[in-house]
Amino acid sequence: MTTTAPPQLTREQLDAFGRELDAIRERVTADLGERDAAYIRRIIKAQRGLEIGGRGLLFVSFLPPAWLAGTAALSLSKILDNMEIGHNVMHGQYDWMNDAAVNGHAFEWDSACPSEQWRHSHNYMHHTHTNILGKDRDIGYGVLRMSEEQRWHPYYLGNPVYAVLLALFFQWGVALHDLEVDRIAEGKSSWKDKGAMLRAIWRKGRRQALKDYALFPALAGPSAPMTLAGNLTANAVRNVWAFMIIFCGHFPEGTHEFTEEETAEETRGEWYHRQLLGSANLTGGPLFHILSGNLSHQIEHHLFPDIPAHRYAELAVEVREICERYGLPYNAGPLTKQFGSVVKKIVKLALPGGDDRPQQPPVQLASSPRAERQAIAA
Amino acid sequence: MEISVSPTLTRRLLGSSLLEALTTPHGVDRYVELVRPAFSLSEVRAEVLAVRHATARSVTLTLRPNANWQGFRAGQFVRLSVEVDGVRRTRCYSPASSAHTGDLLELTAHAQPDGQVTPFLHESARPGMVVSLSQAEGDFALPDERPHELLLISGGSGITPVTSILRTLCEEGHDGPIAFLHYARDERDVAYADELRALAARHPNVRLLHGYSRRPRTGELTGRFNRGHVRAAGIDPIAAQTFACGPTALLDAVRGTWAENGWEQHLHVETFTPAIVPIAEPGDPATGSVQFARSGRAAQNSGASLLDQAEAAGLTPQSGCRMGICHTCSCRKVAGSVRDVRTGEVSDAPDELIQICVNVPVGDVTLDI
Repeated sequence: MTTTAPPQLTREQLDAFGRELDAIRERVTADLGERDAAYIRRIIKAQRGLEIGGRGLLFVSFLPPAWLAGTAALSLSKILDNMEIGHNVMHGQYDWMNDAAVNGHAFEWDSACPSEQWRHSHNYMHHTHTNILGKDRDIGYGVLRMSEEQRWHPYYLGNPVYAVLLALFFQWGVALHDLEVDRIAEGKSSWKDKGAMLRAIWRKGRRQALKDYALFPALAGPSAPMTLAGNLTANAVRNVWAFMIIFCGHFPEGTHEFTEEETAEETRGEWYHRQLLGSANLTGGPLFHILSGNLSHQIEHHLFPDIPAHRYAELAVEVREICERYGLPYNAGPLTKQFGSVVKKIVKLALPGGDDRPQQPPVQLASSPRAERQAIAA
Repeated sequence: MEISVSPTLTRRLLGSSLLEALTTPHGVDRYVELVRPAFSLSEVRAEVLAVRHATARSVTLTLRPNANWQGFRAGQFVRLSVEVDGVRRTRCYSPASSAHTGDLLELTAHAQPDGQVTPFLHESARPGMVVSLSQAEGDFALPDERPHELLLISGGSGITPVTSILRTLCEEGHDGPIAFLHYARDERDVAYADELRALAARHPNVRLLHGYSRRPRTGELTGRFNRGHVRAAGIDPIAAQTFACGPTALLDAVRGTWAENGWEQHLHVETFTPAIVPIAEPGDPATGSVQFARSGRAAQNSGASLLDQAEAAGLTPQSGCRMGICHTCSCRKVAGSVRDVRTGEVSDAPDELIQICVNVPVGDVTLDI
C-alpha cells in the first residue's frame, strides 16, 4: 500500500483538472492524421522485416552467430508486435484510420491470448477500473498478491515463484487471464460458462504453438533443434519483457489503490485523478519507449488510452506540468528502480502483513478524493 | 529484380494452408502488401495506371484491379477507398468503361466542393498509386438480355454509368436504336464529349443530344429535361428501356414524366448526389431513424447514444465502459451523420468506425449491427 498520501483536491480543482486533460485529448484527437498513420506503418514494416529476417536467419542457425542474430531479431519482432503494435492497435488507437489492418476489433497479435479476450480483460476491465481492488483483475492477475489489501493465505508464500513462472510464460498467463480461474476456484463462476473462451484459447494457442514449435523448426531441416530453441527463447524474451513493463505500470512504490466504495460515483476529473495516481512511468530513451510500446508512459496511456501511443512522450510534458500545478505526484523512474520496487513488493507480500483486519472490506483511504469530498460535505 | 514465376502459381503458393499457418495470426496479405501493395488474396485492390483530366473538374483514372476483381455489369458502381491524411475514405464511382475491357477499369470522378475523396484524387492521384475497391454493386445495370431500343439520360457526373452501357453495347455490335441525352453546364464540362462523339460517328444507330444550362444555344436540347426532349430523341419510351442517372432534380423530372404516362416499368434510375441533411445543433430535437442493417431492425431516433438506442431496440451489441475509453462498442457506421457527445464534432463519412456509446445520431443513421 502507498506510503505517502495523495494531496487533497477540492471538487472544483478536480473538475478543472479533468477539463484540462479533456482539452488535451480533444486537441490531439483533432490533429490525428498522416503523421500517425505513417508512424504505425513504419513500425509494422520494421516488425515484419525483423520477423522475416529473424526466421530466415534461424534457418541457418547451425551457425551460432546466425542463431544469436535470428533469435534477437525474432524477439524484437514479437516485442514490437505485442507492445507498440498489438496492445496499442487493440486499444482502438488507430481506429480513426478506417483501415482493417490497424482496426482494434480486427487485429490479432502474435501471442497465445485471443485478442477478443484481451480487449475485454484489458481495455474494459483494467482500463475502466484501474487499481480498484476487487474490480481491476490486473492486480496480481488472480495469481499473485500485489496489494496488502489482498488477504494473505499460505498459498502466497510462493509469490516470488509464481511471479517468475508468470514472467516466463506470460503469454499463456495473459491467455488464461480472462477465464478468471481464481473466481472459478472460489465458486463465483464455473467452468461450464467458459466453454467458448476455452475453445478460443485452444484455437489461438494451438496455431501459435504449431507455427513456432513445429512448422518453422520442421522447415529448417538440419537447423530444426536450433530453430526450436530460437523460437522458444524469442517467446520467453518477449514474455519476460512484457511482464516487466506491465508490472512497472501499476505496482511500483508510490502507486495508489482504490476501493469500490470510494470510486462508486466518480466524476470525469476523479477518474483522471485515479488513473494518474494508479500509474507509474518509466524513464528512458526513444528506442526504450518504442520497445515498451510506450507503456513507459503508463500515466499518459491511462489518461488517454485510445490516443496513438507514440504521442505520449509529447503529452507527458504537458501532463507533468499540469500535475505540478495541482500539486499531484507524477510517479516516474528508470526501469531498474521501478522494477526493483516491484520485486521488493512481490517478495514482501509473500509473507503475511499489512492486512490487520482480514475479515473486513478494505478501509477507505482518508485522503481519497471521494472521502475528501464527503468530508467537505459533512 | 523481377522473378518470372507464373502469377497463378505464386498465388496458389501464397494462398496455401502452409503459408497461412506460417503467417498466423496476421495472414499472408499483411506481409506481401508491404512490397506489393496491390496484392491481396481476398481484397480487391487496384493500381492506378493512368490519370487524365478531361475537364477542369474531373479526373479519369485507368485502374488495373488485382486477381480478386470479378468484373462488373455496365451501369453498376464500385466503392473506392483511398487514404486521405491518414484516414481511409470511401466513395462510390461507376465505371465508364465497357464491361468487356477485361483487366482494366476506367473511373471518372467529378470534384464536389465539399467532398474529400474526389478532390484528393483530382489533386494527388498518380500512376502507381494503389486504391481499394469493392466488387461491383447495384441494380442499375444493363440486363443480360439486352433491350433492343434504349434511351440513356444523364446529368453532370451521372454520365459515367450510361457511358459504360453505351460503350458495352457498341462493342457488342448492338444494332437497335440508342439515344443518349446528356445535360451539363457547357460543352467543356462533359468528361466524355470526344469519346461519345466518336462512338456516334461510328455507330449510325446511336444518337447523341446535349442540353447545356450555361450556353443553351450550343446544344441540341434547350431548357431542362421535358417531354419534348424524349420526342427529340426519336425513341419510343414504351418499346425502349430507359436508364437515367444524375442529380436529384433531373431524376425527379424524368420520374415525373414517366409516371404521368404510365411508363414506369421501362425506367431505371440511379441517384448520384445524396440528399443533403441539415446538421442539427446540440439541443435540437432528435430527427430521423436508426437502421440496424445486420439485424434488420430500425427505430426512431430518440436522441440517446446509439448504444442506448440499439439496446432499446432489443439488440445486445458488445459494450464495456460506456464512456468512450475501451472501444468495445466500436462498430461500422454504414451511412449517416453522428455527433460525438464529448467533442460535439459531427461526422458524416460513410463506412467509418464509431464508438456507439459516445455518439448520437444526427438524422438518419445506418449501423452495421
